[in-house]
Amino acid sequence: MNWTDLDNWIVITGILSALSCALLGNFMVLRRLSMMGDAISHAVLPGLAAAFLISGSRDSITMFFGAAVVGILTAVFTDLIHRLGKVEESASMGVVFTTLFAVGLIMIVKGADAVDLDPGCVLYGAIELVPLDTKTVFNIPVPRAVIVLTTVFVLNALFVIFFYKELKISSFDPELATTVGANALWMHFILMTLVAVTTVASFESVGSILVIAMLIVPPATAWLITDRLRTMILISLLIAELSAVLGHVGALKLPNFIGYEDTSTAGMIAVASGALFFITLFFGPKHGIVIKSVERFWTLLRISREDILGLLYRLGELKNVNDLQVNSDLFRKVTGYGKGMYFSAIISLKLDKKICVDNGNFKLTDRGKRMAKSLIRSHRLWEAYLHKYLNLPIDHLHFSAERFEHVTDSKMQKQLLLKTELPTQDPHGKDIPE
Amino acid sequence: MNGIHNVENVSKIPVLVHDLTVAYQHKPVLWDIDFEVEEGQVIGIIGPNGAGKSTLIKAILGLVPKTSGRILIYGEIYKKQRSLVGYVPQRESVDWDFPVNALDVVSMGLYGKIGWCKPVTKHYKNLAMFAMERVGMADYAHRQISQLSGGQQQRIFLARALAQDAQIYFMDEPFVGVDAATEKAIVTILHDLKSKGKTVLIVHHTLQTVKQYFDSLIMLNMRIVATGLTKNVFTQENLHKTYGGRLTLLEEAVQAYTREARIHE
Repeated sequence: MNWTDLDNWIVITGILSALSCALLGNFMVLRRLSMMGDAISHAVLPGLAAAFLISGSRDSITMFFGAAVVGILTAVFTDLIHRLGKVEESASMGVVFTTLFAVGLIMIVKGADAVDLDPGCVLYGAIELVPLDTKTVFNIPVPRAVIVLTTVFVLNALFVIFFYKELKISSFDPELATTVGANALWMHFILMTLVAVTTVASFESVGSILVIAMLIVPPATAWLITDRLRTMILISLLIAELSAVLGHVGALKLPNFIGYEDTSTAGMIAVASGALFFITLFFGPKHGIVIKSVERFWTLLRISREDILGLLYRLGELKNVNDLQVNSDLFRKVTGYGKGMYFSAIISLKLDKKICVDNGNFKLTDRGKRMAKSLIRSHRLWEAYLHKYLNLPIDHLHFSAERFEHVTDSKMQKQLLLKTELPTQDPHGKDIPE
Repeated sequence: MNGIHNVENVSKIPVLVHDLTVAYQHKPVLWDIDFEVEEGQVIGIIGPNGAGKSTLIKAILGLVPKTSGRILIYGEIYKKQRSLVGYVPQRESVDWDFPVNALDVVSMGLYGKIGWCKPVTKHYKNLAMFAMERVGMADYAHRQISQLSGGQQQRIFLARALAQDAQIYFMDEPFVGVDAATEKAIVTILHDLKSKGKTVLIVHHTLQTVKQYFDSLIMLNMRIVATGLTKNVFTQENLHKTYGGRLTLLEEAVQAYTREARIHE
């Protein structure tokens, strides 16, 4: 499979379409209006069909006009049915867009004899055919779809840049936006109109079903990565572009691996953006599931290590031996840890030279002893503090101190010392190590 | 308060509400509300749940449509006086996971001044920072807002209103669910605003603190039960009238009336 000029145009079309959608999609996701994008992308069909049947051409500006009008009507109808009919918002959205979509389908099927608008093309798009329909710009034949999508992208970009502040405030706090004069309702309808126009422009490449993936998935992915709006928009654009490229490459290459013909580029673009979303969900820096589990493991490991050192120190103290040796099998039973955590902790302590092993017996090294002393010191100072300030009974002290000792740094230790007035023994009568 | 004022007088009254009625889906929420407030006071709006306290504020700010009535801010309709009014909505009214930091939220109070399509310049960021300092939140300017405690979020909202540098402030339950430090911060700000001759209207629901916080009261339960200086109107009798249940007969009549009015339209 060779990469040709046709492929270049297909990728450019995909990218432009993905970028235009993602720009607006950010605000749809943030306004919890994700499914409104889906509704509009379906509902514009009758507008499209009507304009098409009247003008008889796909090139016409009337097509956008028709789509934009129906797009706004979708938002208006949804709102009206929700408020006046007391129907739940998502239900009223469902009623409006399926009805409009069905009307559109009937119109297309009825008119199909007269004009060349194919229902399949509307549903799934025909990005592969885009390079065949060209117009000459500066002596270069440019696909018509690319011209249209470039216009829409520029329009959307200008909208987001110039009305960034207004979009932000009306998405975050519509009431405040309205009181300071940035009418939230107007912003809502302008946004919906642009979504309708963008949807129509993207129809040819991805169709009405997959356009929702382009609107929603890149922004949703970006939101997993950052919590700044500007960054979120930039990342969503990057992801949109990446999915368009990966989508086309994937459509050409991936099926060959498993012995099939090329597959639909539009489908693969949606699959690629979905894949990027899941990768981010698992490996993302902020809320990534993997990162969280790793962090959790490290925390548990640190606590187990500290508990083991503390326990060894206490055993030595109990038997009044300076260099106590403990049988390792016996010791594991005493700690009560699971095998995995126990051995991870022991191995890392050994590597750190905090304990050493001699004939199956554990012993604290000097480094280990220092660290253990500091821990026990924190623990017993906390017991003294809790006893003094919270008036906790003696038998309640250990539990809390056990938790606090792991988060006590030297600064906190100094403060504890001051507050407890330099005790030498804890409330149980045990020495507080230096 | 018979609603007859000459023009000169009216332009000195921060908020004048005359004959205000708000009905929502056949249900009356506010019925024939009449009151005016005095400049430089902290005024509490109290009443039971569903008495229309928040709706009253929202109707004044043009956020809910009024069925009838006239509302004047320093003698003019609200749209002309936007720059004079600051608003602190209920904390739950927004999504705190929104990808902005505290400084962004406070800056939003300045959007009206900055004007359409213009970016938030350094000058305005400094103004926002100054407002954050006033509520003791300057150290949290770059925190993502979901990482703030409830009290801190409330202070951010307060800072946003302060940044608006308004003459009249409307606050919807600012004391709900806040810590002692925030409560103290809000009270300090209220004193400060009062000393500068600003007027503050606060929807409030804990009766214990009413005497301590408010110079005047609007006691509300769908209709006005009493308005005036706290020391005069905060009486057992008025409280009983305000909290002692709604006037069911009035409510029924209003419902029937709005239904009919709708049919006549």
